[in-house]
Amino acid sequence: MKKKYLVTIYSIAIFFFVVLYLSLNKNNIYTTQENIGKKISVIQLNYFDKPGEFNIQEISNFNFTLLNFWASWCGPCRKEHKHLVELSRNSNLKIIGVNFKDDKKNAMEFLKEMGNPFFILTKDPEGKKSVNFGIYGIPETILINKDLKILKKYVGPLSDKDVREIQRIIKK
Amino acid sequence: MRVLSLIIISFLIITISYGNESKTYKILKNLRCLVCQGQTISDSNSDFALTIKEVVTEKVNEGLSEKEIYYFLSDKYGDWILFNTPLKKNSYLLWFMPYVLFILGGAILYIMIKKRTEKIK
Repeated sequence: MKKKYLVTIYSIAIFFFVVLYLSLNKNNIYTTQENIGKKISVIQLNYFDKPGEFNIQEISNFNFTLLNFWASWCGPCRKEHKHLVELSRNSNLKIIGVNFKDDKKNAMEFLKEMGNPFFILTKDPEGKKSVNFGIYGIPETILINKDLKILKKYVGPLSDKDVREIQRIIKK
Repeated sequence: MRVLSLIIISFLIITISYGNESKTYKILKNLRCLVCQGQTISDSNSDFALTIKEVVTEKVNEGLSEKEIYYFLSDKYGDWILFNTPLKKNSYLLWFMPYVLFILGGAILYIMIKKRTEKIK
């Protein structure tokens, strides 16, 4: 009888230990990677320096599009900018910038200083439209194909590794 | 007559706006701030939380239901943004485990008590 109790208690203890061990070893950093494979929301974004709106649907005219959310006040955006300039040299890829909650004058100075890699530049001064793309901080970059499908989503500044990965994908 | 209709209209406006406000508050209480440590969107003043508050308020005013707003946000940010995890294939264990453990515990207790009383008899 005592043996039975011990077996039960040990089984329960092992069960909880395994559950806790697995939970503690799980990566709990939040990412929006589950958006990969989904179609991008079709919405209108205001042009940065001219009146009118850019319809996201229009990116189906390009083979690959990189949608980059940035601001002049964001330090990591400054860090990744050289990578965007490098990527903009690929004819197979168009970069669309979304200037996020920024001051127009500062944003223009930023581009003047660092270079303008954007094929089309739009703005989201209140940050509300970016919610449609699952943005929760900047910089964030989304690689989309001509079917408007999300191929990759990068949270944080693009690294050398990310650039190589993007170049590999758009060569296919 | 005019005064009466004015009172009725004001009453309706106040009731609707109060209703919307409490609905917005209820939704915000059930949303997780993704950039904070265990805070709800309602409790947080982070930049992200402020944007989501505005978006939710807009959606409520547009007439979207609570369910539709949760669906919209979980579609963009995943189920992690919801404190109340929806019942899905991958959350069966989370939802049913407490009940299973409760029943199992009850059964073990019942057997133990029964055996003990039998021994005493």
